[in-house]
Amino acid sequence: MPEEPEGEPTPEPGRVAASLEKLKILIVDDEPGMRTAVARALTGFTVSVDEIRTIVSFDLIQAASGEEAVLKLESEKPDLMLLDHKLPGITGLDVLAWLSDRKTDILIIMMTAYASIEAAVTATKKGAFDFLSKPFTPAELKASVRKAVGHLIALRRARMLEEERRRVRFQFISVLAHELKAPLAAIEGYLYVLKDPIACADTATRNLAVDRCLIRLGGMRKLILDLLDLTRLESGQRKREVQDVDLGEVARSSIETMTPDASARDITMELSMPDGAVVIPADRSEIEIVMNNLISNAVKYNRDGGSVGITISRRSPRVLIEVSDTGIGMSREESAKLFKEFVRIKNQKTRNILGSGLGLSIVQKIANIYGGTVEVESEPDVGSTFRVMLNPGATAVSPGTSGEVPGHELVKLEREA
Amino acid sequence: MIVDDDPDFLEQMRMCLESRGYSVSSASSVQECENQLKETEPDVVVLDLMMDNEDDGFVLSYRIKKQFPNMPVIIVTSMTHETGMDFDETDDPGHWIKADAILAKPIRFEQLEREITRLMRERA
Repeated sequence: MPEEPEGEPTPEPGRVAASLEKLKILIVDDEPGMRTAVARALTGFTVSVDEIRTIVSFDLIQAASGEEAVLKLESEKPDLMLLDHKLPGITGLDVLAWLSDRKTDILIIMMTAYASIEAAVTATKKGAFDFLSKPFTPAELKASVRKAVGHLIALRRARMLEEERRRVRFQFISVLAHELKAPLAAIEGYLYVLKDPIACADTATRNLAVDRCLIRLGGMRKLILDLLDLTRLESGQRKREVQDVDLGEVARSSIETMTPDASARDITMELSMPDGAVVIPADRSEIEIVMNNLISNAVKYNRDGGSVGITISRRSPRVLIEVSDTGIGMSREESAKLFKEFVRIKNQKTRNILGSGLGLSIVQKIANIYGGTVEVESEPDVGSTFRVMLNPGATAVSPGTSGEVPGHELVKLEREA
Repeated sequence: MIVDDDPDFLEQMRMCLESRGYSVSSASSVQECENQLKETEPDVVVLDLMMDNEDDGFVLSYRIKKQFPNMPVIIVTSMTHETGMDFDETDDPGHWIKADAILAKPIRFEQLEREITRLMRERA
């Protein structure tokens, strides 16, 4: 991917730089005087679109007949057209009809001397955006153009966002499909081994094949569960049950869940807490997801015989959850992309570790709900420390209330704070 | 020797081959393969086309052939399915990518063994 162009002008101190955009306007009128007057009015005219900090200026093109207009529409691809209603030969309405068969987002402002409701209605039905009745003042012309530009830019922007959304969605689904296919292929392979009378004559081979199938199935189930968590968080549809949650208690229950995996590899886990319970208003299941993800990662990416340290501390009004391990760690480049969906650090050391690639992006989404942040500090072959800072006050949800709280709005609150 | 970054594929091929009396060594990257190659001197190398980089298999087969011109190389790939890239049936891919056989994933063990047997017979 090419880098973003750096064409933006340097902003003046205290001001945000506006970007510049040029739109093409085609002026269609059979009277040379009319064309000149319109062109003169629009020469040097700019429209400032504040929402996207863009200043729009115009290139002006002229056509003296409907036929010429059609040719110029094809060759110049204007963004806006000021179209005379009454033209010799093919009329303004004919040009509109010709345009309606084509896929274009050009906006048309009709100009006519015979201002009648009927003419306006016909033109609007055929796709005209606005209507100017002759004679009109330069101010009226500019107002109409300004309105059209605002509409056009909003339209294009919406389309761009929609395309971006579609692209991200498509990418997500392709990666997801791949991630779901991989364990299936592995399980299928083992089933063929199990069907092979020579290969599985040996009990150890048979057991190993079955065990690997179970592990890959477990990974697939985890992926599906993570996917559900992510979808619920993103849709904002999930019913959140906010109540007083004891972080220490959640941590202890996560530790308990991970104990079989940890002790199988001689990994110790230790929880450090300040005096007294650290209780925050939160949705317990969200805090559980955070804790489970961090602690299970710390075990998974640890070395045999390593240790996991979980520290919970108050940073009034916030709370800090720190999980550190003595594992394989990662480089700066690797940690930079860690929180993106489906990013799994792929190298020699992680080859045999299974993960959905969604865990940390879920942790980050949840931290956002709590007006918080997630940070990682890591050194290859030494270990990693994940710090989740939560700001439960920023959720705007008081303890004891329950109900639907749209996640996105909370995220926005946090960013604006 | 089998070279693939998918540990399950390695394990499956090992299970099938070893039970039939082959001695199997495995590597999960280009580097691992090259490190082992001199020592092990396998009778045939089976390698995945796309490992850490998309062209790892090409590079590796080229280097193997340069170092051991007579060592049969079989490339397995999911290229045709996943990437839309395809080998033209009419040209001889084995010629320009320096492999003796190309098999499309998912491959079954029977296919692989058939190729191995054929190549071993040709070389004898």
